[in-house]
Amino acid sequence: MPRKGILVDRPYERLTREQVELIHQASMQILTDPGLISFNREAVDILHSHGAAVESIAGDHQSWQVKIPEQVVLSAIDSAPKTVKLGARNPDNTLIMHGDEPRVYLVTGSETNIWLDVDFPTYVNKADPTREIRMPEFKPRRGTVDDLCQSAHVCEHLEMVDGYIRTVNIQDRDITEENKDVNKFFASLNNNTKHFMSGLTSLKQLDNVVRMAELIAGGKKALEDNPIISFITCLVKSPLQFVDDTTDTFIEVCRRGLPIVVSSSPQAGTTAPIREAGIMAQINAEVLAGITLGQLVKPGTPVLYGSVPVRARMDTLGDSYGSVETSQYNIDCVQMARFYGLPNYSTSGVCDSKIPGQQSSIERLFSDIVVAMSGPQYLHCAFGLLDCNSVFCLLQAVLDDAHFKMIELFLRQPRIDQTELEAVLKQIREVVATPQKLYIGYIRPVLRSGEISGLYPFEGGGEADDVFELAYERMKELLARPVEHIDPETTARIFEEIPGVLPRLNIYERGD
Amino acid sequence: MPEDIISLIQENVIQGRMTRDDEGMDEGIVGQPGVTELVEKALASGLSIQDIITKGLSGGMNIVGQKFEAGEYFIPDMLASAQAVGAAMEILEPHLAGSGVNAKGKIIVATVKDDLHDIGKNIVSILLRGAGYTVKDLGNNVDIQVIVDAVREEKPQFLGLSALLTSTMARMADVIQMLEENGLRDQVKIVVGGAPVSEEFAKSIGADGYGADGFQAVAVVEALSSGTEN
Ligand code: B12
Repeated sequence: MPRKGILVDRPYERLTREQVELIHQASMQILTDPGLISFNREAVDILHSHGAAVESIAGDHQSWQVKIPEQVVLSAIDSAPKTVKLGARNPDNTLIMHGDEPRVYLVTGSETNIWLDVDFPTYVNKADPTREIRMPEFKPRRGTVDDLCQSAHVCEHLEMVDGYIRTVNIQDRDITEENKDVNKFFASLNNNTKHFMSGLTSLKQLDNVVRMAELIAGGKKALEDNPIISFITCLVKSPLQFVDDTTDTFIEVCRRGLPIVVSSSPQAGTTAPIREAGIMAQINAEVLAGITLGQLVKPGTPVLYGSVPVRARMDTLGDSYGSVETSQYNIDCVQMARFYGLPNYSTSGVCDSKIPGQQSSIERLFSDIVVAMSGPQYLHCAFGLLDCNSVFCLLQAVLDDAHFKMIELFLRQPRIDQTELEAVLKQIREVVATPQKLYIGYIRPVLRSGEISGLYPFEGGGEADDVFELAYERMKELLARPVEHIDPETTARIFEEIPGVLPRLNIYERGD
Repeated sequence: MPEDIISLIQENVIQGRMTRDDEGMDEGIVGQPGVTELVEKALASGLSIQDIITKGLSGGMNIVGQKFEAGEYFIPDMLASAQAVGAAMEILEPHLAGSGVNAKGKIIVATVKDDLHDIGKNIVSILLRGAGYTVKDLGNNVDIQVIVDAVREEKPQFLGLSALLTSTMARMADVIQMLEENGLRDQVKIVVGGAPVSEEFAKSIGADGYGADGFQAVAVVEALSSGTEN
């Protein structure tokens, strides 16, 4: 049984059908004029052999202008699966996504460099030293493998998290470019039984992480049937450039038939036009170019239409995920993917704010609600992420989970039909005839069915705002709850066969 | 009316108009000469280079800086002005010798090997040009050897390195080491930047300076030029 996700009944749409088609046509024009610049030779050869016009560009780095005809793109869209299955260590955590069904799965992300610890020092009122309060204090530091394990552990228990994308960039002294991938995969898979998605640091590690996944899934065939891992690649650098090394990785993952996200992250104002029509026509062209390449490498490769559009901040030209336009672009992309019938990877919840607090709550909740309402299949909804993807805070992830519970309840389908109306009309007539004129007696059956939304889960007593402290308690509680690790025998084989996994990650040799 | 040309230059720097085709902040000025045309005109009228630069270009840039500080201008405004000044400096460069104005110096910038992030580096380049430096941008994903060769051949006073990935930060140290091995390290002051880079990291790899953003990049280069930085 796959996970339920949130089935959005009537998804919110910003664009009319005509606008969607206009964007599609503009993207098709972009793909032939100006086309893409490819820094990757193999991509050029593959596209060329299927009818793309190719021309070499003079310069320091070898590059080619590639013009992809509409027909090639359309037949690639045709061959891309409209249903994608992402497996999981625990089969109950399987995700099944249909491009035409707005069922939203919520996932974590991204690879932040900074991990935010929290502490609650006590402050004394200067005027009245008998009065004290505890205030949260957030302390940033570089992320480690242990942090990644902790985050995977807590996300295993967060009810609304459907899938796990590695949250933090592991920067321990003993982590190198050569052993980073195997360690991020092992740390995540060993502490979390949900689907695991990640980017790859080094293509040389692809076979090792795939082998690790095969060992865990129970063999090559078992991994094919239950792809417990998938990859995300940003092979197109905006505007319209196939990057050399990520494109290599992309091609190799496609060859192995594992699910992959083609994601593009143009920034409106710098690497894409600041106007909505412009960033939309461009990102759509970029994602389709990637999908086309993938389908030419191996027709039928399971692929997600990945969109991470963002607007630039006007004060630094950094990203502004908190801006309202960012949510608008994301919703537009959901519609484009649905137009093609492809499952969509979308983004919400990333905030500009550097620490949890009012700004972060408002920014993330705003985009979480509106983007979820548009019905993307796989929503990287930034559990715990702050400062535009640069910082991860586990406490924030616990808060996000609670807030998504509210969004889930909000998005449930209305129950209004003939039988329901007959029942309530009966109630109304009965109550109006009584002296008290109260409906209280009818609450209990509904309450027991779990249909009534709860109180805010971190509401404190009295006037104090105890949200952070209560969420922190919850976080500790979840950390104390055990997770189902990979069994000892498989663990032993992983440590035997896969080079580079840090011995300290072997829980069976550690004695705990 | 020579004074007028100078104040027009200043005004157009403030408007961020490089050429006559550019829009400015105000409506209805497209078609009127921009900074480059005005600078050509000032040269033809024999105005002093010193005045063109200090009163016209730098004078305008100072006001742009104040407007930015005050929150009235945003980065895109600042960059438009800096680009206009950069283009003007290119026109003026052949005339600097003997004008009493010293050239500010040359800086080579690059995003290091295996790193494709270049938005920040491009901003830094534009602001440095706007501050009067001659900037040679080698692009992104640049081989160490290409950087070392450029330092040898171009003999810049400064080298600016950018990295946005924790994995590519180490390449900056490699560049410095290779410059040392080639006996070129002492010829050039090296400044580094990019989101994961810090002051401590810059020190630890033996760079001469660090800038957290485009403005600090200009400030640190200015400080190193005047020798106040150590
Ligand atoms: C935009 C972006 C991209 C774009 C780049 C577009 C472009 N043309 O540059 C694209 C989509 C291509 C991209 C790709 C990738 N990215 Co990226 N990207 C970013 C992002 C969101 C913003 C960077 C940016 O442009 N900021 C805006 C500019 C204005 O700021 P800035 O670069 O910091 O520059 C300022 C200062 O640093 C300073 N400065 C900069 N350079 C210099 C130089 C000198 C000399 C001085 C003095 C000062 C200075 O001044 C600048 C102006 O104020 C960052 C997140 C972040 N918040 O930084 C991630 C981020 C850097 N990327 C990340 C990753 C993981 C990747 C990918 C590996 C993704 C993937 N799985 O494929 C690839 C790697 C590609 C490669 N080989 O380089 C991670 C890095 C984590 C890590 N391991 O270190 C980050 C932190 C995001 C995240 N949390 O996941 N990325």
